[in-house]
Amino acid sequence: MNNVTYLFLRRMRVPLVLVISVYTISVFGLAVVPGVDDAGNPTPGMGLFNAFYVISYTGTTIGFGELPNPYSGPQRMWMIVAIYMTVAGWSYAVATVVGLLQEPAFQNALRRGRYARRIRRLREPFYIVCGVGETGTLVCHGLDRLGMRFVVVDSDAVRIDQIKLEEFHADPPTVVADASQPANLIGAGLMSPHCRGVMALAADDIANRAIAVTARLLRPGLPVMARVGDPHTDHTMGAFGGDMVINPFERFSTYLALAVARPERYRLGQILTGFPGDDLPERHHPPRGHWIMCGYGRFGHGVREALTKAGNQVTVIDRLHYGEEGVDVEGTGTDSASLKKAGIEDAVGIVAGNASDLKNLAIALVARDLKPDIFVVTRQNQISNTTLFEAFHDDQCMQPSRIVAREFLALITTPLLDRFRWEIRGASEKWAAELSEALSYLNGGYTPELWGVTIDSEHAGAVVEAIEDEHWVNIGHLLTDPYDHDNPANALVLMVSRGDGGAILPTTGYQLEVGDQLLIAGSPEAARKIELLMNNLNVLHYVRTGREGGGGWIWHFGRRVKRRWIKFLSRH
Amino acid sequence: MNSEKVIFGFFITLAAALNFGFWTGDMDKIEFHNVWELAAAIVVSLIATVLKFGDRTQLGAVHLATSLVADVQLIAAAIVWSWAATSPAGVTPSEMATVVSMSAGALLANLVSVALMISEIITARR
Repeated sequence: MNNVTYLFLRRMRVPLVLVISVYTISVFGLAVVPGVDDAGNPTPGMGLFNAFYVISYTGTTIGFGELPNPYSGPQRMWMIVAIYMTVAGWSYAVATVVGLLQEPAFQNALRRGRYARRIRRLREPFYIVCGVGETGTLVCHGLDRLGMRFVVVDSDAVRIDQIKLEEFHADPPTVVADASQPANLIGAGLMSPHCRGVMALAADDIANRAIAVTARLLRPGLPVMARVGDPHTDHTMGAFGGDMVINPFERFSTYLALAVARPERYRLGQILTGFPGDDLPERHHPPRGHWIMCGYGRFGHGVREALTKAGNQVTVIDRLHYGEEGVDVEGTGTDSASLKKAGIEDAVGIVAGNASDLKNLAIALVARDLKPDIFVVTRQNQISNTTLFEAFHDDQCMQPSRIVAREFLALITTPLLDRFRWEIRGASEKWAAELSEALSYLNGGYTPELWGVTIDSEHAGAVVEAIEDEHWVNIGHLLTDPYDHDNPANALVLMVSRGDGGAILPTTGYQLEVGDQLLIAGSPEAARKIELLMNNLNVLHYVRTGREGGGGWIWHFGRRVKRRWIKFLSRH
Repeated sequence: MNSEKVIFGFFITLAAALNFGFWTGDMDKIEFHNVWELAAAIVVSLIATVLKFGDRTQLGAVHLATSLVADVQLIAAAIVWSWAATSPAGVTPSEMATVVSMSAGALLANLVSVALMISEIITARR
């Protein structure tokens, strides 16, 4: 029995005892009150059995009449008492039940029971999303588009109500709870073997840190991504370990600098972390030279540092932080005076990086007015303002929530991607451009899907079996269309990870070993084909040799004997 | 003193006492067994059952189970008696023996219930 049943039984004790007592008094009384026969002579009471019968139909207000014989005066008097008593008893019991059902605590218990049941019944891989603000909602939509299940935890009931109204393919279990409490995280299914990762996107850093630590301690090895805005926390090791903590401001400014200094590599990164099926990102070529930065908050600091590192001069405009080191001009940037003072005539680009969207748009409009060919980068904070930013036609618009959501999704669903990006960190612009070009053909002009596969008996049974039979399986085999041997599949193996080593963009002759981890990009169709040939021995045989192989085990056995014989002959 | 404990102990003991009172005497003799006592035993047993609702402990679960056994046995006895009493032949000694043996089963369940209550008290004292 669960909580709800116990709560119900405990609360129904008094009403039930009352109903039993009322029935007892009524039945015992009616059984002994003397009756009268047809002739008018007094008779003894009707007895317990008949009395119970009469009270049963009277108490439930069915009322069959006076049975078994017409009643005497005293019997009628007792019946009046019994009628009022039983009706009152029942009413009280029913009112208690109704009151209990309407009680917020009871409904809460009911909801929690339903939620716990849904988590228990989740028998497919799922993620826990803690905090569904703008970024969290984007992450949920991304997971939904990837066909992943997820559980939503947020301490704000309004946000939970909003997420319930979002249209998802599968209705996610939601709960109003503080995810930084370990019990709530466990309740969301942290200990379930199907839980694939936790994303901490709560509003405050402390909660996100608590979530990360809880998940790290209770489920070591489970991917955890936490958003932390504190400038000193990104990439810290210690309790978090590795690349689990994302600082949206620092990421954002790094990307902006990358977009200005190395546009091709920035575009490659965007393709790799993009939502599959989205339009490919546009090409931008931001100029180098003198830049103006409006707004010197956490984001402004990061942008200034990144732009300076990339070899640009930066003039900072801010009113609130004027007087601090690094701020050159006092003002907001929304007026032409401060922009002129910052030297807009000889500037090549301007970054509007305030936390207010309207302020950023105002800066962009004034800057365009003063210098029509200036490169404008705007920071869009709210998704609801998308139409305004589209109307302005800025050169580059960056949305922190979208950047964090994509980053989270890509890293948590494809952990190998992080290593791949680390390996290609020093790549040239030309190399990045060529890879972007190759990736853009894979999915018919849309962002390709990106996935990781481990060569083990669970995920690639046929490949493991073939390798154990001393057959060669190489990258070229995997990239062959299993329906037509002469066609290549629409996919590209980006990386093979083997222990600490491996290969970036391996050639088609690269031979696979058991335990390899592959990072593959391709169309959704190619993903299905590769999964098929990795797990079906006959299909694998076809892509390796170009011949249809026999299906039954007797043929396999025969071929194995033949191979042994050939090997034996070649040795002697 | 806890009034909840008093009420609980009162009903458990009363259920066992009424049950014993009905059961004692020759099995097949109607005059040794009072119909009112049986009815009272049923009512008190039902109340005891309701009082045991909602206890989440292992002991509480066994308590509830014994009470449910006593209820089933006593209500079965009452049904047999009512059936026999409304038949033309009246209550025969063999039917009376059935009723009393059923109440004996209920008595066993009630005694287990009392034993559980006492054991609970003893462990609590320690």
